[in-house]
Amino acid sequence: MALVLAPEVPLTDWLNALDAQMERSPNFFDARPVVVDLGSVPREQQGVAQFLQMLEQRGIRIIGTEGAHPSWDGIEAWGRPLPVSARPGREIEPPPASSTTAATTTQSLPPAESVPAGAEVNALLIDHPVRSGQSVVFERGDITVLGSVASGAEVMAGGSVHVYGTLRGRAVAGLAGHPGARIFCSKLQAELLAIDGVYLTADGMPAKAIGKPVQAWLDGERMKISVLD
Amino acid sequence: MGKVLVVTSGKGGVGKTTSTAALGAALARGGENVVVIDFDVGLRNLDLVMGAERRVVFDLINVVQGDAKLAQALIRDKRIDTLSLLPASQTRDKDALTIEGVDKVIAELREKFDWVICDSPAGIERGALLAMRNADLAVVVTNPEVSSVRDSDRIIGMLDSKTLRAEKGERIDKHLLVTRYDAGRAARNEMLKVEDVLEILSIPLLGIIPESEEVLKASNIGSPVTLNNPNASASRAYFDAARRLKGDKVDVVVPMQRPGLIGRLFGRRVA
Repeated sequence: MALVLAPEVPLTDWLNALDAQMERSPNFFDARPVVVDLGSVPREQQGVAQFLQMLEQRGIRIIGTEGAHPSWDGIEAWGRPLPVSARPGREIEPPPASSTTAATTTQSLPPAESVPAGAEVNALLIDHPVRSGQSVVFERGDITVLGSVASGAEVMAGGSVHVYGTLRGRAVAGLAGHPGARIFCSKLQAELLAIDGVYLTADGMPAKAIGKPVQAWLDGERMKISVLD
Repeated sequence: MGKVLVVTSGKGGVGKTTSTAALGAALARGGENVVVIDFDVGLRNLDLVMGAERRVVFDLINVVQGDAKLAQALIRDKRIDTLSLLPASQTRDKDALTIEGVDKVIAELREKFDWVICDSPAGIERGALLAMRNADLAVVVTNPEVSSVRDSDRIIGMLDSKTLRAEKGERIDKHLLVTRYDAGRAARNEMLKVEDVLEILSIPLLGIIPESEEVLKASNIGSPVTLNNPNASASRAYFDAARRLKGDKVDVVVPMQRPGLIGRLFGRRVA
């Protein structure tokens, strides 16, 4: 799923606000595809292409723009249409799971052995229901919800999503590019399931899985749902 | 120190004002000192339901802005002298309320009364947030239908994050009041069942108020239903709910339809 950024003029003020936001949640844009909506930028604005470059310098991965005006200098390089079927290439590989060989581990990371057993940093436990309108985002690992996820609520995890209750809202797993992530729930009534950008709405879910305890996973580019017995 | 209770729902028209008046009157009849506050600035109704619309001189905004003293704005009920009303302003809007002003008024009322009951406006904006801000406990009013249930769920989330108690890391007690429950329609599966509502919202049940003509009748003559007709089924349910609020253990009764002979013969075909 792509994020949409909608810059407002003056662009410098907007960039400052963005920097402040990124300081608070530094991993927010990690490897997530971003669409920049330029619809509210006036036609006479100068330096839009440079502005987009500045966004990329901040590590934001722009996959396309919307509402760009053709008269802007150098904008055609940014007006890339959104890939419809093909998924964008990943610039950042998912962090290696603890059991796999840590070939890519750089020296800045402590060796895996020094991490205390349990490694709770990679899991978020929510011991209450997720209410309508609430959004839980945890990019470093799995989310476990003890309770239901309401219609109109969303739970987004870098890893897998586990719901010990009824999943009525949205569940997004593998947020930062992790096709091995899965979604589990005790009762499926979800509005939307997504894993690594592949999504399925309620209409597309098999009728026999509705209301059942299920797991959802990715088989290539297709999402599979199976009933857990 | 009195308790501050917010009556809220998210959705409009589910019975917040009616329930505020009925619960307030029920608690006051039980000897408690009660004030009900209308937070619906600009669309005030509680004064009408309480039958005090011709007695409003000063209102919540005047007190918040320091133009009137609290004692000048409080209207004591003519039927029960332990029941008071702090009306909203009809000519202003919710922006006229300030956080500091509301906090100060509630703190003052807390000293004077056993129960401070805040009638929240619909919505999830400023007005509703100010109404719930100081609450110790909340009554979430819900009709047994999907849109009301989802809006209530949203409001419960806000009670857990946007109140002073939540900001201090404490929990706020939340109680579900199911209103406009129609036993006949429930039996025909035309309405959500109470257990389904409870399953979705997962907060304790305070009571089930049956749909009743008496509620409308009482509102129209400007009286809380619990005063106008204490023996009506809806009033009895409100009295039970008020006792549960005080901490008494009272079993919840699901209103049942007791149709007469004609009703039994034709009940399924009408409506």
